[in-house]
Amino acid sequence: MLRSVWRRQSQAQLIQKIEQSRMNFRGFFIFPDIWRNIMDIERQKSAPLYEALEAFRRRRVVPFDVPGHKRGRGNPELAQLLGEKCVGLDVNSMKPLDNLCNPVSVIKEAEELTAEAFGANHAFFMVSGTTSSVQTMVLAACKAGEKIILPRNVHKSVINALILCGGIPVYVKPAVHPDIGIALAMETAEVEKAVLENPDAVAILVNNPTYYGICSDLKAITKLAHDHNMLMLVDEAHGTHLYFGENLPCSAMEAGADMAAVSMHKSGGSLTQSSLLLLGKNMDPGYVRNIINLTQTTSASYLLLSSLDISRRNLALRGKESFAKVVKLAAYARDEINCIGGYYAYGSELIDGVTVSDFDVTKLLVYTQGIGLTGIEVYDLLRDEYDIQIEFGDIGNILAYISIGDRIQDIERLVGALEDIKRLYSKDPNGLYLGDYVQPEVVYSPQQSFYAQKESLPLEKTAGRIAGESIMCYPPGIPILAPGERVTEDIIHHIRFAKEKGCSLQGTSDQNADYLQVIKE
Amino acid sequence: MDMWLYTDNSKMSIPVSRQLYSAESEYQKIAVFESPQYGRLLTLDGDILFSAADEFIYNEMVVHVPMSVHPCVKNVLIIGGGDGGVARELIAYPEVENIDVVEPDEVFIEACREYFPDITRAFDDRRVNIIERDGLRFLRGKVGEYDLIINDSTDPFGHTEGLFTKEFYGSCYRALKDDGIMVYQHGSPFFDEDETAFRAMHRKAYSTFPISRVYQAHIPTCPSGYWMFGFASKKYHPINDFNPVKWNARGIKTWYYTTNLHIGAFMLPRYVEELLIEAEKNEIKAVFR
Repeated sequence: MLRSVWRRQSQAQLIQKIEQSRMNFRGFFIFPDIWRNIMDIERQKSAPLYEALEAFRRRRVVPFDVPGHKRGRGNPELAQLLGEKCVGLDVNSMKPLDNLCNPVSVIKEAEELTAEAFGANHAFFMVSGTTSSVQTMVLAACKAGEKIILPRNVHKSVINALILCGGIPVYVKPAVHPDIGIALAMETAEVEKAVLENPDAVAILVNNPTYYGICSDLKAITKLAHDHNMLMLVDEAHGTHLYFGENLPCSAMEAGADMAAVSMHKSGGSLTQSSLLLLGKNMDPGYVRNIINLTQTTSASYLLLSSLDISRRNLALRGKESFAKVVKLAAYARDEINCIGGYYAYGSELIDGVTVSDFDVTKLLVYTQGIGLTGIEVYDLLRDEYDIQIEFGDIGNILAYISIGDRIQDIERLVGALEDIKRLYSKDPNGLYLGDYVQPEVVYSPQQSFYAQKESLPLEKTAGRIAGESIMCYPPGIPILAPGERVTEDIIHHIRFAKEKGCSLQGTSDQNADYLQVIKE
Repeated sequence: MDMWLYTDNSKMSIPVSRQLYSAESEYQKIAVFESPQYGRLLTLDGDILFSAADEFIYNEMVVHVPMSVHPCVKNVLIIGGGDGGVARELIAYPEVENIDVVEPDEVFIEACREYFPDITRAFDDRRVNIIERDGLRFLRGKVGEYDLIINDSTDPFGHTEGLFTKEFYGSCYRALKDDGIMVYQHGSPFFDEDETAFRAMHRKAYSTFPISRVYQAHIPTCPSGYWMFGFASKKYHPINDFNPVKWNARGIKTWYYTTNLHIGAFMLPRYVEELLIEAEKNEIKAVFR
């Protein structure tokens, strides 16, 4: 009896020793810069954080630390729901597992491997979604009163970051596609105009690709930014796959951008809420880490972190084939949907070199007003009548997210359902409104207006007033109005139409969005 | 060797003497076992699909019920049906001119050909065309072509789940002629998990077709042993338009189906009837176009 206990202990100790010596070896092994840009497949086969977690699990350490569910034993229903393995890995930071706030061992190694896989100078694992990556970019680039050049159709996280830091947005108006009503790319000429008019701006931010798959000319805009001493920031929430697939649009790091926010949990396959922030060679990782630590939790979830590590390994080893399959599935679906008639599933034919520099063909977007229905109506029908949940529907379009987890039979269901929706629900398309993009008049900075004295008015009575809060359809989460912008009749009409068609409106203090907070005059 | 099948809460075990075959196709894991009680058994992903001992019940019930109602069936579509059992029953009808069997899984067809030659023999009939394609994909764009569609796909869960959806019923409605009939397996209403699928299926068929009735059979290797079929039709009613005299005159040899049983099969237990009535509530019939 004693003997066997002794043997088990010594085995555990042995495993620990091997693990440690392996880690030390890797830690001291410094790669010369020239090797950085070339992804070493052998190195990418390891997943240091995941391996450390596995080793930790095998040691069966008795927990007298948080989390208090103690490997799920204290919360049996939770363990039943998530599985014992999952709750067993929900652990706290500790020496063998490193600490996200100041990584020195396995998280550091995992971040280094990630940087290498993405061709970045540094990578941060993020646990508060890509929202936190985007906010870190803005906070790291821009202080109170400093200008940042960006397209108006940014995600709300950008505008919220400006509320936090007091930066001033300079909006570049994106063109709008006349037939399908989506905002297009940041035109290089328009950006240049903004740069010349605002030489004191500190950064340019581009969302690339947009939710709609539209890409700007990243290389040209990056050059423009660097020529004028500005930082180039890319909201790459919808672009993880660009780093691994073939024949896809240029990624931010490839274009030489300074920071990129990458949603690993979208096309990369990691758990919801996990994300990456990538840095180029001009950025100081130490400063950026300080910015991250201003708002980041000190109890980062190891489920999220290990999912980032495993997903990075998976993408590095199998990303190329996986995304080739995604491209094929999306192309097939696009062709089939275009055969139904009435719908328009658009693709690379949108590329014109100016308003659309490139198109991300993994995105399956369909213009639906041709069958007399708004995107949001088709989105609701797909879910309520056909048990198909798609990413979003807006006034004119739907987006079905195709990813590494999709199967051909599911694509057939989607196409079949769209055909059946046309058969059963199509209407006269006349009288539908596509919504025009209106360049808002920015009267105050987002921060000034957010903290200003406000009053709540019925939406209809706000024309001419200045918004004190955002209002947006979610998804896609692009504000129709941001704090500090003047409300117009057009904007009110747009909001009412979106609401009538069933869009979920967010951002206002009034949860029904019947009232809007405006700045007191 | 024991084989366990079916839900978490209820298991049925069948002694198996040996395994004859196992393969993994793009869609599923296929295995064939030999059992003393049921003869050869075919399983997909570990669930029994059919056994040599009771396959006749299923196949006869999905074919002879609609064939004795519809006055003249010439063009038939079988979705799934890679085992050939449904086609075998159909080739007994001389007026049938064409039978399309749409089965995506060629490995499954090959396994059936090899281990169930008696069931697959219909595949040699010149009227039968095997099309290796996804059912929904095949149906897309088809308008008014078939007199009868039989959905012989396995399960509303797994790779054939697309064949139990509203879009599938809609596609079938469109692919049928104006007096066409669709028959589909409706699962069992007995266990909780299946009861939900059962209700949903009836709701979809009820809202898609002017006539939709459910009928029953006893199939030992199906979960709970009690199995249902759906009869969805654009014109003919399964009882009012039923023609037993004509069918009996054909002299087709069956083991399960009789014209007396035909009417009985539509007489349902109260709990099933109530399930169906409940599912029909709040459901609006589609505008038929």
